[in-house]
Amino acid sequence: MSTRLELPDIEWRRVSPKYVVVDFFGTLIFAVIVVAATSVPAFLTKNALLWAIPASLAVIFIITLALTPRRVRALGYQLRADDLLFRKGLMFQRFVAVPYGRMQLVDINRGPLDRAVGLSELKFVTAAAASGVVIPGLPETVAEELRDKLVALAETRRAGL
Amino acid sequence: MSEQKPKAPAENISTGARLADSEWHRLHPATPLLKGGIAFVAILGIIIVNLRDVVINIVIGGSPGDEYDPFVWIIEHDYAGLIILAIIGGLLLFIAGFYVSWRMHTFRITEEQVEVRSGILFRTNRRGRLDRIQGINIVRPFLARLFGAAKLEINVAGQDANVQLAYLASGAADELRREILLLASGTSPTARTADADASSVTGSGGPAEAASETAKVGGIIEQRVTELLAPELAPDAAQPDSVVQMHLGRLVGSLVLSGFTVFLVVGVILSIVTITVTREYFFLFGFLPAIIGMGSYYVSKFTRSLRYSIASTPDGVRVGFGLLSTSNETLPPGRIHAVQVGQPLLWRPAGWWEIKISRASTSSAKGAAGQANTTILPVGNLADVKKVLELVLPGLIDAEGIGLLERGLTSRGGDDGFVNSPPRARVLRWFSVRRNGFAIVPGAVLLRRGAIWRELVVVPQARMQSVAMHQGPLLRWLRLASLRLHTVAGPVIPRLGAVDADEAARFFRDVADAAVRSAGADTSHRWRSTPTARLMPSD
Repeated sequence: MSTRLELPDIEWRRVSPKYVVVDFFGTLIFAVIVVAATSVPAFLTKNALLWAIPASLAVIFIITLALTPRRVRALGYQLRADDLLFRKGLMFQRFVAVPYGRMQLVDINRGPLDRAVGLSELKFVTAAAASGVVIPGLPETVAEELRDKLVALAETRRAGL
Repeated sequence: MSEQKPKAPAENISTGARLADSEWHRLHPATPLLKGGIAFVAILGIIIVNLRDVVINIVIGGSPGDEYDPFVWIIEHDYAGLIILAIIGGLLLFIAGFYVSWRMHTFRITEEQVEVRSGILFRTNRRGRLDRIQGINIVRPFLARLFGAAKLEINVAGQDANVQLAYLASGAADELRREILLLASGTSPTARTADADASSVTGSGGPAEAASETAKVGGIIEQRVTELLAPELAPDAAQPDSVVQMHLGRLVGSLVLSGFTVFLVVGVILSIVTITVTREYFFLFGFLPAIIGMGSYYVSKFTRSLRYSIASTPDGVRVGFGLLSTSNETLPPGRIHAVQVGQPLLWRPAGWWEIKISRASTSSAKGAAGQANTTILPVGNLADVKKVLELVLPGLIDAEGIGLLERGLTSRGGDDGFVNSPPRARVLRWFSVRRNGFAIVPGAVLLRRGAIWRELVVVPQARMQSVAMHQGPLLRWLRLASLRLHTVAGPVIPRLGAVDADEAARFFRDVADAAVRSAGADTSHRWRSTPTARLMPSD
């Protein structure tokens, strides 16, 4: 259906395609652990019905894994004149606009999987916990440039709380 | 403690002379007693009460009584002298400790910040920036009021980020708050002194200040009584027409008709049914503590709200609560991040509303029943709501805005200035589909929700942190979206579900622009620094 939320006139900057690998393996590891853990009762009791839990979870995870490339393509951000625009989600879409002046701090995180392919995750923190702007899958240099740029922009547009 | 000797406290504190003079000051001399000494006195009292039994037994029967009683044991073994010596020693140590800790607890207020030093072994030094003040609260617990003392709490944004000055002389606390707000407001120094002079002449520091000037030794008790009986807000310090009057009947009614009462009635019915069915009267004892707890909830909520007052001052909104223990807080302009006007179902026939706010700081002074600092109007009619909103959202609510606001509260929906959910959203908003909507006015965003529990959320654009738009599969199928404004954490959550997708996109774009513009134009962290910055209700 063509009723997806879309913002016109926005040239989205996409995250690195390598993030597909990170996201895929991250989800895969999590999926294996969860499915293994939920299989334990079924395995111990030999009750065939209990296998339904890990089986249904496995189906959900397989769908999630299959959609990883599209989900990563759905991630986008855009530095507008006065605010940072961020989008994520395929099934559950989310758009956020944060004025630069609202920045409290910027975090750069690198997980082990991120490090393996040379990516970083940038987190833009405001006074509202719900803002939740986390841009994953940025190449290290891009993330650092973006951080410096955001800090500089926030400095010129500093606002109170 | 070596660089500057604090001045003699008696001079500085009780007269209410300027405390905000960048010098180190000490707190009220009764502070140790009020802070921890009360517990000490209580323990002493318990010991004495226990001792009395022993003494009576000795006098009447000659025998000290039960030999397992520790006092009896002490007397029988002739340790009495030693014990008394130990007690006196301990007492002296305590008093010395309290005295030293009082000596070491100093504060100073400079042009830029407020600084507090305290502790004997573990020294603490806390500084708060004045332009980050979110509110100044003056709390007077009942006992402290008897001593004419007050606790001044300077709230800055963040968890456990309050600077407490406990305790100060009552009048001095009022005076100090005024001075801190004056420093924080960003006025030029010359205007500041002129203003300080003017207001000290008019005596806006409250009756305590005026009384303290005339207080002689014999007049102290009289002064205490006047202070205790004086209204929470000095009548001349507030604009009389801006104060919302709390009516006794309305307060009682609002408590009786609260959701908590419904819960209580259901609980009582359930327990009666349980007892009649099972014939186990034992259950009654299980409910007893709960009933006592509920009673105290009502009483505390009642006494707290009874002397509620709200007034406008040049430095923000002043909200007072409490009957025996009072609290009185000033919120400078631009410190309110979201406002919610709500009406529980049972209040609707009476036309009562409640106003809650979200703010960046959390005052440690928890009011009765936890409704402390976020409920800015416990109960009021539509006229009261308008008055309070005018105070908390100055400049945002003009003649046109008032009309919109009123429709936001009481309108049944439809084409009334709000962009409402389309009819296809009825699946998700069974009753409120016509009311569920938003409106964007200059400076603020209004979100209207609920037909049964009616709510209106107002978010000043200058305080908004970010704006978000969501859409899940179900909403996509219905061509709807949900909106969310992000503000600091608080009781008000500005969100709106089931909005037409195109309208949501437009809202997202407009509000994102407006947030940037308003934030750029906002100067409320130094609210007096430019005269045109913000409309002052009573300046």
